Amino acid sequence: MSEQFSIVGKPIMNAQLLGHVTGSTQYVDEISFPGMLWMKAVRSPVPRGKIRRIDTSKAEKLPGVVRIITAKDVPNNIHVNMAAIGIGPPDEPVLPEDEVNYKGEAICLVVAKDEETAAKAAEMVEVEIEELPPVLDMEEALKPSAPVIKKWGMNAFIFGSGMDGATRPGRPGRPLFLVKRGEVEIALKQADYVVEGSYLIPPIEHAPIEPHVCVAKPEPGQRLTIYTTTQAPYFVRDNVATILNIPPSNIRVVAPAVGGGFGGKVDPEFEMQVAVAAMCVGRPVKWRWTREEEFTISTTRPAVKIEFQDALSKDGLILGRKARLLHDSGAYTRTSPYGVIKATVNLSGPYYIPNVHYEGYCVYTNRQPSSAMRGYGVFEFSYAVELQMERDAKKLGIDSWEFRFKNAYRNGQVSATGKLIDDAYLIEVMKEAVALAGVSLPNHLLQMSSWG
Amino acid sequence: MRIRFRLDGQSVEVDVKHTETLLRVLKDRLGVGSVHFGCGEGSCGACIVLIDGRPRYSCLTLAGYVDGKEVSTVAALARDGELTEIQKAFVENNAAQCGYCTPGMILIVRALLEKNPSPSDEELFDALAGNLCRCTGYVPIINAIRSVIKR
Ligand code: FES
Ligand code: FES
Repeated sequence: MSEQFSIVGKPIMNAQLLGHVTGSTQYVDEISFPGMLWMKAVRSPVPRGKIRRIDTSKAEKLPGVVRIITAKDVPNNIHVNMAAIGIGPPDEPVLPEDEVNYKGEAICLVVAKDEETAAKAAEMVEVEIEELPPVLDMEEALKPSAPVIKKWGMNAFIFGSGMDGATRPGRPGRPLFLVKRGEVEIALKQADYVVEGSYLIPPIEHAPIEPHVCVAKPEPGQRLTIYTTTQAPYFVRDNVATILNIPPSNIRVVAPAVGGGFGGKVDPEFEMQVAVAAMCVGRPVKWRWTREEEFTISTTRPAVKIEFQDALSKDGLILGRKARLLHDSGAYTRTSPYGVIKATVNLSGPYYIPNVHYEGYCVYTNRQPSSAMRGYGVFEFSYAVELQMERDAKKLGIDSWEFRFKNAYRNGQVSATGKLIDDAYLIEVMKEAVALAGVSLPNHLLQMSSWG
Repeated sequence: MRIRFRLDGQSVEVDVKHTETLLRVLKDRLGVGSVHFGCGEGSCGACIVLIDGRPRYSCLTLAGYVDGKEVSTVAALARDGELTEIQKAFVENNAAQCGYCTPGMILIVRALLEKNPSPSDEELFDALAGNLCRCTGYVPIINAIRSVIKR
């Protein structure tokens, strides 16, 4: 088959390999400029609290300290990462004004002549915080008794709301993303078996070997060049433009080789701070995260909880599925509502289920914000769906291959979201997979096809 | 303090603080690009250099220690553009995805093979225990190394 293609099926050398083996690949940490300053953050010691006082006077006196940056220095402090694709409302400060919402949140930034001085001065900044009870668990966060950490009055994202948080006329916002088709309650009543399952996925840190590093260099005329460890230069450009109140065309983002990202370098989660600092001092500023910051501050894969109730017929079909998905966004929105939509619309997996009711919640807690990681949303639901398939098959007393073959999408069926299925290949893929794995299946399964 | 050492065959002289690590001096002061910061605490191996031929974590080595010594990085291995066997093996086996761990891996292997040209798998895994890779998966890396081991 590979003869038909010029690339598919042929080994192609990674163009960067020669650089890698000779040590000449350039990563951001190699980038420095004359007169460059270094930055460190003063971070919140508590997961939630009111900022009562920030006293920078002692730190400012330390020789070598150039400037301490606080929320006042940010032209347009409150933003949301995904504004470019219409996800709002803006809920995250570049630097917090009056409250902190996760442990390690950067409260202010110290710019100094070298990294050591910046770190020392950061320790000298006195921050007085009145600790508030944090919300750390998703189920707790949704209870009416939970402390509310979001300005709109609940610890869940409002789907259907506009960028300003207001819901559009004729389209009420909801604290959940809902997928509904058929009559799931009837299916559950008529089922021969109902099988429940609950699945928890913990937050996972990407842990690239290269930590986050960024250099921002002011250029003449309100312009700025940003060198950063990013997987998403345009997110960086747009968000920096928003918070600095300058046109995106004034910002040039340079993304050299990235030393591993895995989604952890998709969010512009530190470039905005470096950009503000560089604009304030008028000199290049570099911020290099420590391994500890990489683990405790940078985004993680979200913690996700998925609950299923499957209605099964004794001849091995899934008649209906009721599901509830909780997705831990952490303290701020970032890309999570998008992740929730992606996961919720896919809770059927690659299987035909005529009656469904799926609820997806984007929940806020006082934890480090979560975001992209290697197909986030998708990985979580496939893990839960496939484990549930095993559980269902066990209850029915049939082989789980048989159960999957029977319920796999056929072309011509309609998905939970109303899409006409015209690209189903699961049965064919499973046949190839069993052949490779040396599993032998009964003939009646091998005769099945996605076209009938 | 002023120290003088040989870096990839060139002699260098630099003023360092007593507390400064070799990693910081190499990267931030001498602009050495092939030595990488990953953890700063001897856990990942991205910062490995050879000091008098022996692999050392430059993040845990004080700069003053290399006074009068020979420090080598992966940048000096290729001669006139000709890659060494182990470098070629990494390329042929696609053993580097992002490449951040690669210089450390190559230096560790070089030091190992210099001491012991035909290490057993156990000796090889032992030597690599301090080098983490998050992208490639260790199989292509091990395959690359095995391909240059004389058995
Ligand atoms: S940076 Fe030295 S071992 Fe990780
Ligand atoms: S290739 Fe990325 S860490 Fe090894």
